[in-house]
Amino acid sequence: MTDKPRVAVVTFPGSNDDRDAAWALGALGADPVSAWHQDGELPAGAAGVVLPGGFSYGDYLRTGAMASVAPVMDAVRAFAGAGGPVLGICNGFQILCEARLLPGVLRPNRQLEFVCEDVTVRVENADPPFLRRCSVGQELVIPVKHGEGAWYADEETFVQLAARGQIVLRYAGDVNGALGGVAGVVNEAGNVMGLMPHPEHAVDPLLGSGDGALLLAALVDAAAEFRLAAAA
Amino acid sequence: MVRPKDGILDPQGDAVRQSLRKLGFDVSGTRVGRLIDLDLDAEDRADARAQLERMCSDLLANPLIESYEIVLEDA
Repeated sequence: MTDKPRVAVVTFPGSNDDRDAAWALGALGADPVSAWHQDGELPAGAAGVVLPGGFSYGDYLRTGAMASVAPVMDAVRAFAGAGGPVLGICNGFQILCEARLLPGVLRPNRQLEFVCEDVTVRVENADPPFLRRCSVGQELVIPVKHGEGAWYADEETFVQLAARGQIVLRYAGDVNGALGGVAGVVNEAGNVMGLMPHPEHAVDPLLGSGDGALLLAALVDAAAEFRLAAAA
Repeated sequence: MVRPKDGILDPQGDAVRQSLRKLGFDVSGTRVGRLIDLDLDAEDRADARAQLERMCSDLLANPLIESYEIVLEDA
């Protein structure tokens, strides 16, 4: 048994950032393990879950829709319900929204173009576990690469989420037409987060930015805390 | 039949409308949805409709942004 908190990275057919996410988590002190979309349970001892980027099920129907009903999602739902930290990156964010574990939905970019560039996002709330290594107002440079990243919710939901601090990251500029420039949200309890930018591609300043490490290392912290709480 | 809800921005529909206008058609609005043909064994039409309603709300449509219409045909 390793001292490092175990974080499961789920692979769906069409996931393509699962290995990058696992590598980054490993570099940041986690014990990353792979989970498969058809698994009915998460790997033993998993204290955190990452749904990685990619094009699960070829983006059939709507992005994330097919993956949201994959067998492994029952286990992810139960894990989230028990307070375990769950992070969805890009396609993972789309999946969590379609699974209704997060509010809103990701729609095709307004410009109908795939966007692939470093973007600046501003931290709106640093209280949820994933943002505890950041401060409010801090700007992070993290790459995006998506065709369907325009987050949307109805006006009433949007106002409620903003009031409750569930909108945690906003783009500094207009990237994809997302309502309110939303780049990342958390659930009401704060233990499930989704974001369109790819923190796993920004963990080393040599490759452009190390800002993504702040989010992933905070996930590793949260997994360690969750393991401790579960053992108590 | 699944469509973007009224009032929801439909960039795909807008792009198609622009192309149609380029071809000389005087199209003022275009919405792009999707048609899903299903073969379904059901007790009767009411049962079929009830099952299809559940399919639409659980997977085939996202009620936040899409509306749907169910048309039944006997086999």
